[in-house]
Amino acid sequence: MNVLYFIVQQTMYFAIPLLIVAIGAMYSERSGVINIALEGIMVMGAFVGIFFINIFQGSISGQVLFLLAILVAGIVGGLFSLLHAFASINMKADQTISGTALNMFAPAFAIFVARMIQGIQQVQFTDTFHINKVPVLGDIPVIGNLFFQNCYISTYIGAAVFIAAAYIIKNTRFGLRLRACGEHPGAADSVGVNVYRIRYAGVVISGVLAGIGGLIFVVPTSTNFNASVAGYGFLAIAVLIFGQWRSNKILMAAFFFGVMKTLASAYSTIPVLKTLPIPNEVYKMIPYIATLIVLAFFSKNSQAPKAEGIPYDKGNR
Amino acid sequence: MKSKKFWKSEGMVKFSSSILAIVCGLLFGLIILIASNPAQAAGGFFMIIQGCFTDGMEGIGRMLYLSTPLIMTGLSVGFAFKTGLFNIGASGQFTAGAFAAVFVGVKFAFLPPGLHCLVALVAAVAAGAVWGMVPGLLKALFNVNEVISSIMMNYIGMYFTNMLIQRTVYDQVKNQSLAVAPGANLPKAGLNVLFPGANVGILIAVGCVVLMYVLLNKTTFGYELKACGINPDAGRYAGINAKKNIVMSMVIAGALSGLGGALLYLSDSGKYLQVLDVIAPEGFSGISVALLGLSNPIGILFAGLFIGYITVGGYNMQLFNFAPEVIDIIIAAIIYCGALSLMFRNIIYKMQMKNRKRSEKKLGGPDTGKKEEQG
Repeated sequence: MNVLYFIVQQTMYFAIPLLIVAIGAMYSERSGVINIALEGIMVMGAFVGIFFINIFQGSISGQVLFLLAILVAGIVGGLFSLLHAFASINMKADQTISGTALNMFAPAFAIFVARMIQGIQQVQFTDTFHINKVPVLGDIPVIGNLFFQNCYISTYIGAAVFIAAAYIIKNTRFGLRLRACGEHPGAADSVGVNVYRIRYAGVVISGVLAGIGGLIFVVPTSTNFNASVAGYGFLAIAVLIFGQWRSNKILMAAFFFGVMKTLASAYSTIPVLKTLPIPNEVYKMIPYIATLIVLAFFSKNSQAPKAEGIPYDKGNR
Repeated sequence: MKSKKFWKSEGMVKFSSSILAIVCGLLFGLIILIASNPAQAAGGFFMIIQGCFTDGMEGIGRMLYLSTPLIMTGLSVGFAFKTGLFNIGASGQFTAGAFAAVFVGVKFAFLPPGLHCLVALVAAVAAGAVWGMVPGLLKALFNVNEVISSIMMNYIGMYFTNMLIQRTVYDQVKNQSLAVAPGANLPKAGLNVLFPGANVGILIAVGCVVLMYVLLNKTTFGYELKACGINPDAGRYAGINAKKNIVMSMVIAGALSGLGGALLYLSDSGKYLQVLDVIAPEGFSGISVALLGLSNPIGILFAGLFIGYITVGGYNMQLFNFAPEVIDIIIAAIIYCGALSLMFRNIIYKMQMKNRKRSEKKLGGPDTGKKEEQG
């Protein structure tokens, strides 16, 4: 039973960041803008967030600092994504190009700034955010062990963000308009929806969530930030496509990948897997191979937004 | 009159918008330098501009060495772009090729020197092609988005080569691959006399540039590939086998990246395959090179040389206590400005319009047909 608890707790560390970044990507893509810059935005959010923790960990401590850092990371992610929004919406640029530029810029910027300020590129931080056991809830048998022990507050924030995001895109006027802009912007425009504004909103939402996702990925899994989020931005795009651009399927896809990733990193603590004569690297490859196989089965009927990646030009209506 | 037409041609406008993007990127870099350390900024920036020429012939040799793999991955990404695919998996293909080359280089020492090198190159091409073929097949048969499958192949390639290195050609002390046999290294062909550090790798890369140019622009096969890239439906309507073309273009793109890996690691330059959980950066640089070179093989050649040039400048800039990552920042800014090329092109058109109006005033006869075409 302890092994199961351990796996579920570990899975949260991997799956929650992936989930909220993928949900952010869903907002961007359903509004019609491909956001391949998520990796860079995650790096940017994580960098500034961790730097914020690094500076203020003497004066503020514990969950307040973490929450503030999450806020900072979100704001930075949102601001950084404005660059992508400007290029792809106003300038009608090729969205892969501007996304690639942002992906290149972020790690270079993080290393450059870290080295200019403190001499080395790793930004250290002390993890004072780990929660051994949530009061009251942690004492519930089974469920307490699974979800309320050895956790971070980011897990619950992530879950809340997911629920809110899934509700908004499905049930509100804004969500409907956003989806319309991704499927048929001309039609949306003809009934008075400001396509540009909606797309800006989509990209910025994805930026905010990616910024937060970067920070909450780094905090539980590391003790320093080394200008990288290990390809999680790209994996989030994979989760998005795997989840067919729909929030419920994205949830399942993120947890599928999270479980795979957990098995890959923690297989040696699981007795059954430890005894198998399989090399370490094979376990590390499994999440990616599994994704390829699953994609091969589920990609036949792609439900990608129709107008995705096509800049909207009022003149072409 | 003829020269005037040349200056106004579409290619020229694209070229000048690329130059404008480069200028803007460099200016952005200068701002970053000034913001971080005003006293040293001028010296550091001068080092970037001067690029490889600071070190004379040795610098040029270094630039050629650094540019070679970038040209290859750039060609790979650019070729895929032309055929409507985004090959973000150049890194994985590059790693696969590099490992195949090193493996043959270490294990097949019984082959005679020249042949040994050739076999290693062929192995690298084959490995890269296989690594590129997987996303191609997945796209053609199962409609899997090639961006995602290429990214997955990057990770699989990284872990897979790490595993194979540790089991076959491993130097445990240094946590890297063993040195290849001397006969497997690329011949210098006298290039190193002129430019220390250079070898025939750059010539092979230039050969590939010419090959890809001919393939894309002078053959039926290339025409079909491009047609599918520009409009898949029209291509299918014209009777082109789109699925076969997708697989073929990914195979070719993979082969180019794989060869790039071989050219980097068979250079006798003291560079070995490291066993690290890091995806080869050359693949992502290839995306930059392809974008900067507008996916045109000739453009990619110059873009690769340019990035090699300022990368050498970035190393020299450390003399002024700047981190060399500022080069990546500049490249990113250049690419971002390149994405805004529409804006730049509009500026250039406006300038041309102004010039024409001025000349029309002199001549006294408006040329309305042309105006519409350019607006």
